[in-house]
Amino acid sequence: MIKSIKTWILVGFASLLLVACGQGGGGAGSKKSKTLDNTKKAGFVKCGVSQGLPGFSNADASGNWSGIDVDVCRAVAAAVLGDADKVKYTPLSAKERFTALTSGEIDVLARNTTWTLSRDADIGLTFVGVNFYDGQGFMVRKNSGINSVNDFKNGISACTNTGTTTELNMRDFFNSKNISYEPIAFEKADEVVQAYDAGRCDTYTTDKSGLAAQRTKMSNPDEHKVLPETISKEPLGPVVRQGDAVWEDIVRWSLNTMIEAEEYGVNSSNASSLKDSENPAIKRLVGSEGELGAAFGLDNEWSLRIIEQVGNYGESYKKHIADTGILPNRGPNQLWTKGGILYVPPAR
Amino acid sequence: MIFKKFNIENKKARDLIPQAITVLALLSVIIYFATNAQINMGNRGISFGFGFLNQEASFDITFSMIEYDGSHSYGRAFLVGLLNTILVSVIGIFFATIIGVVVGVSRLSDNYLIAKVAEWYVEIFRNIPLILQIFFWYFAALRALPLPENGISFNDISFLTIKGWYVPKFIWTNFNIFLLSVIAAFIAIYFINSYATKQREQFGKQLPSTSISLVTLILIPLITFLFLGVSLTFEYPVLKQLSSTVYTYEGGVSIIPELIALALALSMYTATFIAENVRAGILGVGKGQKEAAASIGLNKNQILKLVVMPQALRIIIPPTTNQYLNLTKNSSLAAAIAYPDIVLVFAGTALMQTGRAIEIISITMLTYLTLSISISMFMNWYNKKMAIKEK
Repeated sequence: MIKSIKTWILVGFASLLLVACGQGGGGAGSKKSKTLDNTKKAGFVKCGVSQGLPGFSNADASGNWSGIDVDVCRAVAAAVLGDADKVKYTPLSAKERFTALTSGEIDVLARNTTWTLSRDADIGLTFVGVNFYDGQGFMVRKNSGINSVNDFKNGISACTNTGTTTELNMRDFFNSKNISYEPIAFEKADEVVQAYDAGRCDTYTTDKSGLAAQRTKMSNPDEHKVLPETISKEPLGPVVRQGDAVWEDIVRWSLNTMIEAEEYGVNSSNASSLKDSENPAIKRLVGSEGELGAAFGLDNEWSLRIIEQVGNYGESYKKHIADTGILPNRGPNQLWTKGGILYVPPAR
Repeated sequence: MIFKKFNIENKKARDLIPQAITVLALLSVIIYFATNAQINMGNRGISFGFGFLNQEASFDITFSMIEYDGSHSYGRAFLVGLLNTILVSVIGIFFATIIGVVVGVSRLSDNYLIAKVAEWYVEIFRNIPLILQIFFWYFAALRALPLPENGISFNDISFLTIKGWYVPKFIWTNFNIFLLSVIAAFIAIYFINSYATKQREQFGKQLPSTSISLVTLILIPLITFLFLGVSLTFEYPVLKQLSSTVYTYEGGVSIIPELIALALALSMYTATFIAENVRAGILGVGKGQKEAAASIGLNKNQILKLVVMPQALRIIIPPTTNQYLNLTKNSSLAAAIAYPDIVLVFAGTALMQTGRAIEIISITMLTYLTLSISISMFMNWYNKKMAIKEK
C-alpha cells in the first residue's frame, strides 16, 4: 500500500513537471517591451554594477550604491517607475557581467564596460551610449624611476583584471614595443590592487579612471603615480540585451537626457521652475512641451524626474568623480560646447 | 506479451510505470532546456558553435608548460589551462599524500607531543575554508617575502622572492639517452623485484631488493653521464635591474607564487582528510593481526610493511580516492589568486573575450568530468590490485 502511494506521488510530481515545461518558453523578440512590463510589475530596475569602483559604482558601509554608473540606473528608475531609488543592484565581476545580462538576471548593465565591436555585434548585447570616455594607462610606484611607458624593459610584470579589454590591449601594447612581460590577471579588482600593492607586479594597468579610483585603496596612495600615456580608447557605457528596442531606447535616452540637461543648464534644483522657459528645447526636457515620453510608453514628465531626482551629467560627475578627487579634470568628458566630446542627439 | 499482462494489479507493470514516467520527465526537462536556450539565443542573435577554438586568442598567460603566446588559438589556451590544472593537481596530490601519511601515522604515535601536534594540525587545517587558506598563503604568507633585490638566496643559485621562486634551469645534452636509461632502470628494477619475490616464495630467501633497486636507479643513468655523452649544465637566475627600484631575475626558471600558494593550500588542506583516512585504516586492522605477526618473529618494520599496511590500504584507498578528486576539483579556486588554470584561462578570459558561455562552460565541465573519471578509474584499478587475493 505504501509503495503504491509513493508511486502515485511520483506520477503526480512528474506530470506537474511536464505541465511546468509546457509553460515558459517564449523569450524576447516581441514588438512590445517585455522588459518594461516586467520592470513595472516588479517595481524596481534590475541593474548590474561593479563589485566596487569608487566614482562609478561603489557601495558605502550601509550598502547604498553611488557613482556615475549607478546614476544611469537611477535615471532609468526615475523615468520608468517615478522613483530613482527603486533599483536593485547586482554586483558583478567582469567575467559574469554579460551572462547576467543576456540571461535576464539584470536588465541594465552599468558597469564601466568598454564598447567594442565584438561585444556589440557578437554576444547578444547592445551598447546604448557612452557615459565616460576613458583610456587604458599604467600605474607604477613613484620611486621606481619609470616616468613613461618607454622606460619599461623586458621582464616587467603587469597586473590586471581578467576578462577585460585591458588584458588584450596590454598584449597589443607590449608586443608593439617588443617587450617581453609577465601578465598576471586576477578576477577581482581588489585582488589586483592587493597584489600590486604587495609588490607582486611592477605595474598595474587598467582604464585610467579605474587607476585613479583604485589608487585611493592602496596602503599609501601617494607612493603611486599614473603614467602620462594612454594606450587605448575605452568608451565606457551602459549595455542592454539585444532584442528589446523599446527598453534600449529608454536607457539610451535616460542617459542622453542627463547630458542634454547639462548642455541647456537644467539641473536638479532649477528643473521644475523652467517649465515656462522661453527655450523649446528646455521645455521639451522638463516635459512642458511635446509628447516625447509616449514614444516609449512613458508619461511626459519622465525626463523631468530624471533631472530632479538624479541631476544632470555635470552634477553627477562633480559629485562622484570630481569632488571625490578621482579625476577633478573632466578632460574628454566635457560637453562639446566646452571643448570635450560629450555630444548627444537632440531630444525632440 | 507485456500488453496482455498490463494492468495495475501486475507488479511488474506497476514498477515500470513510475520509472518510465521519470525517464520521460527527465528527457523533457533536458529537451526543454536545450530548445529554450536555442530559441532565446536565436532571438538575441547569439550563434552557437565551436569554431572560435581556432581563432587567435590574443591574450597572454603568465605561466605555461607548452609554447604559448597570444597569437595561438583559443584551443591552445584551453590546453595551457588544462595542463596547469593537471600540474597543480599532481603536485597537490603528491604532497597531500606524503603529509597525510606522515600526519596520520603521527596521530597514532606513542610520543605524546608528536600525536598532539598531528591532532592540532588536522583540526586546524580541515576546519578552515579552503579559499581562506589559499588567500592566507598568497596574500599573507607570500606577501611577507622580500622583493627581488633582497631575495632569499639559497647558495646564490636559487632565490625566493615575492615575484616567485627562481630556480636554475636544466640544460641537457643528449637528454633522450638519459630518458631511455631511466626507463631501462625501471624495467631492470621490475625484474629484480619479481626475482626477489620468487626467491622468497620458493626458497624463503630474503633479498635486500629495496637497496638493489635504489642502486640500479642511480647506477644506470650515471653510466650515460660517464660514457654516453649525456651532460647537464645549469643556467642560474641572475638579478636584473629594470629601473632604479624595479628588479627581476633573468635566466633560470621562475616558479610563480600563485602556483606555490595554491599547491601549498591544496596539499595542506587535503592532507588532513588523508591523515584521518590513514589513521582509520591502521586502526581498522585487528590487534590480533599484529600480535600474530609478532609471534612468528617479524620485526616492527616488517609487521607494518607486510601485515598492517596491505590490510590498512584496503580501508584507506576508497576514501582517499575521494580526496584526490576533491583536490582536483578544488584546484578550480585558482582563479581567486590568478593561477592560470582552466577555469581562469578558459572559463574566464576566453569566455569573456568570445562570449560563448554555453560552449565554454560545457567544455570545461566535460574536462573536469574526464579528469575526475580518469583519477577514479586509476584508483579503482589500484584498489583492485590491493584487494584480498585468495590463493
